[in-house]
Order: sequence, then structure tokens, then C-alpha cells
Amino acid sequence: MSGIVATIIAKYNYWIYICLMMIGLYAMITKRNLIKKIVGMNIFQTAIILFYVSIGAKRGGTIPIIEHAHGGQSHAVEAVHYINPLPHVLMLTAIVVAVATLGVALALAIRIYNRYRTLEEDEILSRIRGS
Amino acid sequence: MSHHFPALLVIAPLLSAFFISGAGWLNRRFCLPLAVASLGVAGLSALSLFWRVVQQGPVLYRLGGWDPPWGIAYAVDFLNAPVLVLICIVALLNLWASHRQVEEQFKEKTGAFYTLYVLMVTGLLGITVTGDAFNLYVLLEIASLSGYGLIAMGEDRAPLATLNYVYMGTIGACFYLLGIGYLYIVTGSLNMADIARILPGLYENKAVLTALIICLVGLWLKMAFFPLHVWLPNAYTFAPVPSAALIAPLMTKVMVYVMIRLMLTVFTPGYVFSTLGINDAVVWFAVIAIVMGAILALGQRDLKKMISYIIVAEVGYMVGGAWLGNRAGMTGAILHIINDALMTLCLFLAVAAITYRMKSYTFSSLKGLIRKMPFTMGAFILGGLSIIGVPPTCGFFSKWYLITGALQAGHYGFMAALLFSSLVNVVLFFRIIEIGFFEPFNEGHGHGEHGPEPMNEAPLSILVPLWIVALGLVVVGVYTSEIITHVLQFAIPKAIL
Repeated sequence: MSGIVATIIAKYNYWIYICLMMIGLYAMITKRNLIKKIVGMNIFQTAIILFYVSIGAKRGGTIPIIEHAHGGQSHAVEAVHYINPLPHVLMLTAIVVAVATLGVALALAIRIYNRYRTLEEDEILSRIRGS
Repeated sequence: MSHHFPALLVIAPLLSAFFISGAGWLNRRFCLPLAVASLGVAGLSALSLFWRVVQQGPVLYRLGGWDPPWGIAYAVDFLNAPVLVLICIVALLNLWASHRQVEEQFKEKTGAFYTLYVLMVTGLLGITVTGDAFNLYVLLEIASLSGYGLIAMGEDRAPLATLNYVYMGTIGACFYLLGIGYLYIVTGSLNMADIARILPGLYENKAVLTALIICLVGLWLKMAFFPLHVWLPNAYTFAPVPSAALIAPLMTKVMVYVMIRLMLTVFTPGYVFSTLGINDAVVWFAVIAIVMGAILALGQRDLKKMISYIIVAEVGYMVGGAWLGNRAGMTGAILHIINDALMTLCLFLAVAAITYRMKSYTFSSLKGLIRKMPFTMGAFILGGLSIIGVPPTCGFFSKWYLITGALQAGHYGFMAALLFSSLVNVVLFFRIIEIGFFEPFNEGHGHGEHGPEPMNEAPLSILVPLWIVALGLVVVGVYTSEIITHVLQFAIPKAIL
């Protein structure tokens, strides 16, 4: 039992991202309201962004800006002291993608609302069958 | 200049998107020439790259002059050069065929349509040309997001169908991103060639296995592999025909290309086929996909939905062929990427011509169409014959390679599924020919005329590209052996026998 707890605590960032991802997935699968589904989709994307951000972090690491001005004393750079900036940079792009996807999804939701006057999926489907 | 062609492929359509959206505000007449010019530049670049690859071997391009593991590399080799040419040809032919419809249907949104159109092509070309796993994700989302926009411009139910596609497409792309994250943790690299260089020592690692499985599930969602296909039929049916004729031939096929690229270049065939031992299971999934796609296609009552389910079955062909694990199957799968894109384009352009005249694409509106629109229906039947797999057309040859591969692998289930789906396709297309021969009952006319309806063909701007594609099916079929000996056989690593 304590072994499991220790594993969970040691790798808590992965457990958090998996929990968030499953919450998102659950919302997308079970919720009947379109906006709730869109929120679920956004949680899903955010989970993966957090996953990437967490793999770049290091205990005791600092931001990767190297300080040696012209004429100042230059020193050897050790990668251990700096967090890995690459996953963070990648996630800037992924955030932009997530925002764009959210925008497209909300715009579609507006068009659906204007057409059917509801955002509940089962009501929309019954209206499609009825007409 | 010529060594910048790989970058030009992506940059020309990307930049033109800005100018086209500007032109959409100022003067709509400039949109189409701008789109044609940018896609023409991309097409010429693709052709000359293809030629260079055939003559001198693979081309590596360093974006911004950064060397590969750090910078983004664009790599053109025997596998993606033909796909690049294919994308440009399909996009240009569809633009030619659909411009009249676009201007009549969308009016003040013409600029928006062409902007999304070139952005979609940008994304697809980028996915194909890039040698960087993360760059692929970004371009995948560019292609998908503009695809959502193109589909949502359609009829009444299009927004709801698109929203379902957005959910599924986003999950698919996120899974791919997650898989790349696992690969990055293990290898510390995002360059495909670099990952392939580092991986061999790590094959026992569970994270590599997880990465492969997650990437595959994501790509299968995107390519509508059977249990994950639910978004496709509605999205393609309710999309406006000009968008459907771009997205249906290209999106799923480019995703199949990405899967084959991951299998051959990133994870290497040795790992995928020998160490893993899941290929048999995947081929059985493909068998289910083919059978179910064929059965569901039989139940449809309109052309677009029927073709959509045929696409679901065809995706099964390609996935199954790629996972058979032998040379013939892989050749068949890659060849089928090209052939299926052309066949789907042929069918959708015929649908475009039919909807242009009949304003409907249900089976009942096809009555008497063979006399009314003989050239359109001729091309449609030629596309149908190719999907069935009748010899001079290209569909026969890729199916032949797939069946040979199934026999060599001893996978008779896959062979049976291919034959079953060919038979179902015979039923599907002959049913349409039968409907097409019947005369309509002239109910709505009230003139009491019983003579045959006069010929009412689609305009030449649709017919000419339609027949170019239809004849292209035969030409590609006739030159299949040349394509394989000069290009495709070098795309498959020697490790696959």
C-alpha cells in the first residue's frame, strides 16, 4: 500500500494530467450540453499542456537565461541548473492552437443556437428528426 | 531559388491566405487568381522536388539554416514526394471545377472560402513535407481548423456535424501530441530522423510502446478508422460540395501517410513488426473496418453518404495493407493513398456536377441521369469501376498488391474482406447505374410530355477537370509498374521483405 502511495507522490504531475484528461474526456462523452462538451474539450487540451510544462521542470532549476554580459566574468553553463525551455516553448504553440479550436467550437455553437434556439443535444436531435 | 522549394511549398499558400482574405474585402474578383497562383507555385515546387528526388534521391531542407536536431528540417523522399504532387493536383483540379459553384453559393463569403481553402492545402502540404514531429502537429491543426471552417459553411445541419468533428478531431490531434510528448521524454528529440537514430536502444522501454499506441489511436481518429469513424459521414455529407471534394480525397489519405511515416521512419519497421507483435490484431481491425464500411455504405440513400462510407472501408484497406508487414502490402497501401485520393476526387466532382444541375444528391434525383448528363455519369461510372477494381483503372492495381500481400502474410481474413468489399462496391455502383437508366415519371412537369428529357449537361468548367481525373485513373493504372519501380520501391526500407 505504501509503495503505491510513494509511486503516486513521486510522479504526481503525471497523475494530475491523467485525472484532468479523464475529466475532460468524461465531459465530452457524457454531457448533453454543447457548451459543457466544449469546456470538456478545453480541459482535455489543457491537461496535455500541463503535462508538457511539467516534464520541462526541474527541482532547484531556474529560468534558462544565461547571464554573462560583455566584459563580465563568463562561466561554464551546466544544464542541470536550468529548467528545459523547449517543452514550454512548444506549449506556446499548443496554447494558440487550443484557443483557436475553442474559438471555432464556440462560433459553431452560436450558429447552432441561432438555428435551433437550444444548446441541448437531445433537443436539437429531436428537432432534426421532427422537421 | 530551386533549393528553397520545400519551404516555398508551405509559404506560398500561407502568405497568399492573407492576401486572399484582404482581396475578399476589397475586390472579390482577385481571390480566385490569387488562390490559383499560390497553389500553382506550390504545385510547380512539388513537381520539381518530385523530379529531383527521382533523379538524385532524397532532399533535406533546413528551415532558417539550423541543422536538423535543433532546427526544423523539411525532408522530401520517395514516400512523400508523390503525396505532395498529389495534394497540389487534387487542390488545383478541385479549384478549377468548383470556382463557379463557390461564387454562386457563397457570394460575399467567397474570400473566406478561398482563404480557408489555401490554408487547408498549406496544412496538408506541411504535414507531408515536414521532418519534425511537433511541426507536424502544428500543421495538422492548421489543416484541421481550416477544414472545420470549410465544412461548417455547408447546409443546415453542417454546424452540428462540424462540432462533432471538432470534438473527435481535437481528441485525435491531442493524442498525437501526447504520444510525441512521451517520445520526447524518452529521446529528448523531436526530429523524426533523430528519434529514429536514438530509439533502437530503447525498444524495451514501456514509454516508447505507450507513445506508439497513443500516436496510432490519435491518427486513427483523424483518419476515421472504423470504430472511430463516427464523425466522418455526417461531416462530409453536410459539407458544401466544393469543400467535400477537397477534404474527402486528402484529409484521411494524408493521415494514412503520417501513420506510414511514423511506422517506417520514426519507429522503424523492425520495432513495429517484429518486437511489438500487434500487427495481426491491427489487420483484423482493418478487416472489421472494411466489412462494416461496405455494409453501412449499402444502407445509404444518398450519394455523398454512400461515398463517405466507401471512404471508411478504403481507410481499412490502407491501414490493413500497411500492417501486413510485407513489401507487397506496404506497396499496396502507399499506392492506394494516391489511387484512392484520385478515385474519391473523381466521385466527388461527379457529385458536384450532379448537384449543380439537380440541386440534390439523393438516389431518387438520379433517375434518368445517364441520358440527361451522359458525360458526368460516364466519369462517375469510371470512378466506380476503379473503386470496384476493374483492371485498366488504378483501383485494380493497388487492390492486387494488397491481396498479394495478404496471401504472402497468410492473412486470409484480410483477403476475404477485400473481395467482399469489392463485391459490395459492384452492387453499390450498379444500383446507381440502374437508377440512372430509368426515366423519371415527369410528375412535377404537368405538360403531359413523355419523351426523353433533353440533355442538360453540367458546365465545361466542371466536366473538363472531372474527365481529367477520370482519365487520370486509367493513366495511373497503366503506369503503375513504372511508378513502383522508379519511386515507391525506394520508399519502403529494405528491412521489409
